Amino acid sequence: MTPLSSAADEAGTGSAGEQPTGGDGDRPSDSTLQQLVEVLKAELGDAVVGSEVSGDDVWVRVEPGAWRQAAEACERRLDMDYFCFLSGIDWLDNPDLSGEKRWDPEGATPKGAEPAGEIDDEGDDQASEGTYGTGVAGGDTRFQMLARLYSTSRKIGVTLKADLDEADPRVASWVSVYRGADWHEREAWEMYGFTFDGHPGLRHLYLPGEFEGHPLRKDFPLLARELKPWPGLVDVEPIPGDESAEDEGDAKTLAAATDEGG
Amino acid sequence: MTLTTERQQSAYVSSQAADARVNIELETEGMTLNIGPQHPATHGTLRIVVRLDGEQVLWAEPVCGYMHRGYEKLCEVRTYPQVTTLVNRIDWLGHFANEVPFILAAEKLMEIEAPERAQWLRTVFFEMARIANVSLFLGDMGVQLGALTPVFYAFRDREYVLNLMEAVTGGRFHPNFDRIGGLKEDLPKGWVAEAKRVMTRVQSFCDQMEDLLMGNEIFDRRCRGIGVIPASVGLEYGMSGANIRASGVDWDLRRDEDSPLAWKHCDWKVWTHADGDAFARYWVRLQETREAAKIVVQLLDGLPSGPIQAKVPRIIKVPAGEAWAHTENPLGEMGYYVVSKGGLGPFRVKIRSASFNNISVIPWVLRGVFVPDVITILASLYFILGDIDR
Repeated sequence: MTPLSSAADEAGTGSAGEQPTGGDGDRPSDSTLQQLVEVLKAELGDAVVGSEVSGDDVWVRVEPGAWRQAAEACERRLDMDYFCFLSGIDWLDNPDLSGEKRWDPEGATPKGAEPAGEIDDEGDDQASEGTYGTGVAGGDTRFQMLARLYSTSRKIGVTLKADLDEADPRVASWVSVYRGADWHEREAWEMYGFTFDGHPGLRHLYLPGEFEGHPLRKDFPLLARELKPWPGLVDVEPIPGDESAEDEGDAKTLAAATDEGG
Repeated sequence: MTLTTERQQSAYVSSQAADARVNIELETEGMTLNIGPQHPATHGTLRIVVRLDGEQVLWAEPVCGYMHRGYEKLCEVRTYPQVTTLVNRIDWLGHFANEVPFILAAEKLMEIEAPERAQWLRTVFFEMARIANVSLFLGDMGVQLGALTPVFYAFRDREYVLNLMEAVTGGRFHPNFDRIGGLKEDLPKGWVAEAKRVMTRVQSFCDQMEDLLMGNEIFDRRCRGIGVIPASVGLEYGMSGANIRASGVDWDLRRDEDSPLAWKHCDWKVWTHADGDAFARYWVRLQETREAAKIVVQLLDGLPSGPIQAKVPRIIKVPAGEAWAHTENPLGEMGYYVVSKGGLGPFRVKIRSASFNNISVIPWVLRGVFVPDVITILASLYFILGDIDR
């Protein structure tokens, strides 16, 4: 494979990723991926909000206004000929939706039920702070665009993100750059309520025409779970050959919880 | 636009010119035809609305969603081990192969790796899922074109592969066998020898399909030059897998990505075809089934001993972060973008399934073709409805 530029590797890129081990196969090196980020920064200037290289993954977060330019830069400068997917993330923390993950064992079992309880706390903290997390796993606003492109000649891919305005999530459509974005944008439009300027026809793809709401938003209730909590939470399977005492204790509490809760 | 062969060029030009020609020459009344949602060529419940002028398609519009199950939403209310049960049902013919990329994404986030033996066995089951999936296509394509015999051979030999899966996992269609950090069980006694016998059978099944269909004049006439998709168009639509390799793109994630699975230890070949037509797509899949059987035998010969499950906590909690893992599934590139906020279950799972992108090219490729060719093209693009309507 051809590296992005055969010229000197930059030292001290400050990436948190590990160096590639052994150098086997076609795995792109960190410096190759870092150069990819540099190319995008050169093309888009200040519109690149953040980037991260970790292992063989690259994330680049851009301003929503530069969303289409980011795709164009990837296509022209980085030979990203393959459109992988486009979707969104809703960073709203919704305790209702993850209800069964917050399964509160205190009512069911008197002791030793920390695993599920911890999640409960974390979820509440994040919700009360009202932030959407930071760094790679997080966004500055509630909605985030998420898309991935790949280069079949260079064998590298990039994940692009953009934080969207909560009141009016809107970006430019990619259809003029990648025709495959058509269906993906229709899906994101109906599932998240994002608007894509310049899309040839935003209409329902999966859902019936009269459907109301955006099902993948976190505040859209999952009705089946509203009526009856998911019983599968306590279904923890024993691991073959794992017989430590601590784990057995866990299994017993869980079993007890199942019996009483069931 | 790169059109590699003369055949490709002529087919491309004729398909582009077709609706213009129809409108000029014949002043006829158009007709709207519904193909599906119950048509056998739609492998489930895909509906395609085609606007016809005589026998020629003016435009075509796939209508999906008849089987949309909302897996991305459901994944958000499952714990990590429970998600494999769901994703099994995305591409229901390539069952096990659906689980692997999700588990790889979760392992990436947890920074654990399954032991060597588990990786090899995963690859074995992965390739067996490929055989189970693609062998049905090899027979089914014949049925779509009027040759009834091949599909019976396909179902017969596919059954042996499913029996093998059942012997290990207990499930024929939905094994739910992959675990974070390894596999659920080791192989039963005598399985390796039996599996090698079945792989010999698979090879002879491929020979049989080649004898039956390749060189058959009807098959040839109905497939050659039909539904040509140039590489640049296919890539722009996100076509992957055998479909894009049939358009001459030498790209296979098994070879090109540094996967923890064991493909790198095998000697096998990525087949491509320059024509990009229905015949090329059939031919590439036929070769891939052979390669898959070869890979399985090689892996079983060199199967390392050792544990099949890494030490993982009893209650799996995945640290916060985001991971993308993808593999070369029977239908094409399948990937999961997993977002974790640290907890028992994923915060967001984006499922990138191959068929969704593969059939988004349909409005483009069906323009100007004749109605019988619609069936050929649909069959040759080979999609599974569960893989479109996730």
